[in-house]
Amino acid sequence: MKLKPFQKRITKIENVTKATCMLLASEIGYEELALVDGRLAQVVKIKGSEVTLQVFAGAEGISNYAEVVFLGQAPSLAVSEKLNGRFLDAYGRPVDGGPEIEGIETETGSTSVNPVRRRQPNIPIFTGIAGIDLNNTLVAGQKIPFFADPDQPYNEVMATVALRANADKIILGGMGLTHDDYLYFKEEFRRAGALNKIIAFVNTSENPPVERLLIPDSALTAAEYFAVNHKEKVLVLLTDMTLYADALAIVANRMDQIPSKDSMPGSLYSDLARIYEKAVQFKDGGSITIIAVTTLSQGDITHAIPDNTGYITEGQLFLRKDPETGKVIIDPFRSLSRLKQLVIGKKTRQDHPQVMNAAIRLYADAAEARTKMENGFDLTDYDLRTLQFARAYNQQLLSVEVNLPMDAILDTVWQLFGQFFRKEEVSVKDELVNLYWKDNDATAISIQ
Amino acid sequence: MTTTTTGKIKGIIANLVLIEPNGPVRQNEICYLSTGAEDEKLIAEVIKISGNTVFAQVFDSTRGLQCGAEVAFSGSMLEVYLGPGLLSKNYDGLQNDLDKLEGLFLQRGKQAYPLNDTQLWQFEPLTQPGAVLSVGDWLGKVPEHGLQHMIMVPFDWQQRFTLQWIAPPGQYTIQETIAILADHNGKEHPLNMVRKWPVKLPLRAYRQKLRPQKLLETGIRIMDTLHPMLEGGTGFIPGPFGCGKTVLQQSIAKQADADVVVVAACGERANELVDIFAEFPELVDPRTGNKLIQRTVIIGNTSSMPVSAREASVYTAMTICEYYRNMGLRVLLLADSTSRWAQALREMANRLEDLPGPDAYPVDLPAVIANFYARAGVVQLNNGKTGSVTFIGTVSPAGGNFKEPVTEATKKSTRCFYALSQRRADSKRYPAIDPIESYSKYTEYPEFAAYMAKIAGNQWLQQVQQLKNYLLKGKEAADQINILGDDGVSIDFHLHYWRAELIDFVLLQQDAFDAVDQLTPLHRQQFMTGLCLYICNKNIVFANFVETRSFFKKIINTLRQMNYSEFKSDIFNSYSDEVNQLITLHLALQNNP
Ligand SMILES: Nc1ncnc2c1ncn2[C@@H]1O[C@H](COP(=O)(O)OP(=O)(O)O)[C@@H](O)[C@H]1O
Ligand SMILES: [Mg+2]
Repeated sequence: MKLKPFQKRITKIENVTKATCMLLASEIGYEELALVDGRLAQVVKIKGSEVTLQVFAGAEGISNYAEVVFLGQAPSLAVSEKLNGRFLDAYGRPVDGGPEIEGIETETGSTSVNPVRRRQPNIPIFTGIAGIDLNNTLVAGQKIPFFADPDQPYNEVMATVALRANADKIILGGMGLTHDDYLYFKEEFRRAGALNKIIAFVNTSENPPVERLLIPDSALTAAEYFAVNHKEKVLVLLTDMTLYADALAIVANRMDQIPSKDSMPGSLYSDLARIYEKAVQFKDGGSITIIAVTTLSQGDITHAIPDNTGYITEGQLFLRKDPETGKVIIDPFRSLSRLKQLVIGKKTRQDHPQVMNAAIRLYADAAEARTKMENGFDLTDYDLRTLQFARAYNQQLLSVEVNLPMDAILDTVWQLFGQFFRKEEVSVKDELVNLYWKDNDATAISIQ
Repeated sequence: MTTTTTGKIKGIIANLVLIEPNGPVRQNEICYLSTGAEDEKLIAEVIKISGNTVFAQVFDSTRGLQCGAEVAFSGSMLEVYLGPGLLSKNYDGLQNDLDKLEGLFLQRGKQAYPLNDTQLWQFEPLTQPGAVLSVGDWLGKVPEHGLQHMIMVPFDWQQRFTLQWIAPPGQYTIQETIAILADHNGKEHPLNMVRKWPVKLPLRAYRQKLRPQKLLETGIRIMDTLHPMLEGGTGFIPGPFGCGKTVLQQSIAKQADADVVVVAACGERANELVDIFAEFPELVDPRTGNKLIQRTVIIGNTSSMPVSAREASVYTAMTICEYYRNMGLRVLLLADSTSRWAQALREMANRLEDLPGPDAYPVDLPAVIANFYARAGVVQLNNGKTGSVTFIGTVSPAGGNFKEPVTEATKKSTRCFYALSQRRADSKRYPAIDPIESYSKYTEYPEFAAYMAKIAGNQWLQQVQQLKNYLLKGKEAADQINILGDDGVSIDFHLHYWRAELIDFVLLQQDAFDAVDQLTPLHRQQFMTGLCLYICNKNIVFANFVETRSFFKKIINTLRQMNYSEFKSDIFNSYSDEVNQLITLHLALQNNP
């Protein structure tokens, strides 16, 4: 954001913590920006003449006689087409060696879209990854995170999805991104020849954590500019939202708020919702789709961060390593795209919903068979066939390495049904079975 | 009611402001904050008064607000407008008409009047001059989307009044005088068609509250058959995210046999509101032939809209329900999710530095929830007619764990419990209502039993009990098979297990997105229940568990095809024949192996 010159100056700070400082001042606006010893800060509390500032870069080394300059404005970003292809820091300053961005200074963190001005999302986004397209179809205007343990290749999968998604613009919001991953994104986008439609706001793990709090608002302000003013289909990538929430907790803690579950602020749900709800399909064609990453600790989705996220987003994509095949898969049980029913069987082939559900039911049967096996029980012929099916399903469909068009995905499922099951075991509407069932001679032999 | 109290802001913490007033202030009074911008006033509600400091929650963003800013107190609590024209409107939590607000984005400090002052309504008087009237009595009526919208004596008029004049039948706007009433001093009070009511106070004006007894038919089999909701009843749907709370509530909103449905989207996703905006104007209410939107009022305070207004939104919704209830109508209120409202209370309690209760929720949370659910019910009006408000809320427990304050407090305040199970949702057994853990306390009401005997026959509740027994036995059998293995238990266990699976797959599971399966009228539920029990009660013998499984898989598959087919259509009947053939064939084999 561009900083306007002189407003109000104060040279005495009453009290300094790790991320905040408090001083006496009057006529200060709530959420107004200030510079504390040159560092950007924002008003988070006013009580009489006591004004508390959150210092984004942290308060390390700040003296109680440091100069504080109030800027008389809330955080903003200069938006224009000049943003295309640029890499910026949390404050919107170039980190790519290019010139400052010129454009219309726009307040970030603005109000939400009037619900009646939204359109119901109905444009599917195909990724070629069958674990997404088949079971968790994405739709423009959706908000959905990857839930992944830190050792999963979530950023790689996200980059693949972004590049195949056919968006007009990709806006990357990196929070606590390792420098390696930052370079990885840059290189992937360059190789795909997509650099001109990328905009990145990056806070790496080397930058102060509280600065991350600025990233989503900046990324989404830019997204709104392109989606509203240019009617573009914008895809926003936010990684890693867990580190964002951690930064919220740091600030809340400095302000002596009573933490709720897992030491997170009680307002976590509202704080995250404010960001994710920026995803929208406008009536005139522009849209903002948000794909995020929420890293888990030891797969625990009941932790406050993934839990609140799941309640806000329109589903989640759960990355998991299948121990048997060694493939990273999109787990069909815990993953969900809540918007898929707006497109499946309508914008995709009519058998899609039933085929999807039937395959997951059979996959669940396989999981039960596996439990039986692990408990040392005999397996029936059906159990064995479900296990074979699950193996093939993991390899040929769920693996994130798969890249298939939609109809080929559906055909593959029918082929697996025919290979391992009888029609009544699959339990799909007869009219669809009659149309798509693929008989396989092997079945006749394996079933008595 | 009017005061001239003003004040100045002396503190701002997010959406909480501290105000120093210069005169008397009431708890829950509404005040207006100046931002400095011309004609931008932020609405706030007084939530605590302590010494000479008033704490108010602001129903908007406080960005840019400064200490010293002017505050004007209104003298009244948060009120809604009640009158013809509420149906099919889209409001925010403070009853602003969302369609009237300009621009793509919501703007701070902008209001939009919820009714239409110029539209004409066909008024018909229901009383005559000379009549003695009291609070809530019906003066006249206007048709609103096929309903009779009653124009009533104001709800805070506590004495008796004599009707002096009433407008003859004709077209009137809601602002025109349609009656003049005289109080006991002879003072005349003209009345138009608009009423106002403070949302936090229950709107009563009825003779007495009755016990619910009639089934509220939803077309959802696991509810109507197993765990019925009644007209004027209370229930809640707790469940981890993604288990189907919203889909279930939207199904109920579409299908329930109610006159008016109020949907309060409280702190949830805007796109879920958009689903309703997109679908309800197209869908037809099978009972009336009207479009669904015509019986619906939507109160939308989605998760990124101002947090304080979440609380207001559920109260606004409830007040509109009570208003239509007093017209003798059957009203259904659905709120998704009441946890977001509780969280809004928590955020505020935290900013007030109140002593926190469990999980940092305010200590009085259980009382707040109980008082709210208590506003539902069946009432007998002063004219002897009845009306009802049925309330079903969802609860979003942190971490999916039902041992948390909101779930526990709600469980104590409601009679029906629809527990959504992660396991059922994971295996796509929708609706994921756990059939065994869930309950409807109404099944113990003798008046409900009598009512069901009348509409569904004397055997119905016995049949339902049989279903429940089969489900319980099936669960025990499943546990045993899991512990001992397929071969470790006798064939009977497999039989029990598969009977429960049959009931589960055919009666309990229901595809909310299939045009036919989504709605099963009661008589069709009875038919399918009869058929499932017929199969379960049949003395069928199997040689081994593999045979049991294969028989049941086949028959379940065919029964599910019936669920997807138009009731009693040729194709439905042919599947029904197929079921009988499967049984006959098996019996023949079992008798002559
Ligand atoms: N009755 C149902 N039939 C089919 N699918 C369902 C049903 N209920 C839920 N689902 C699936 O589960 C998803 C999540 O449901 P939703 O009601 O949004 O969950 P919650 O509100 O509990 O988070 C839906 O998007 C849908 O895919
Ligand atoms: Mg929901």
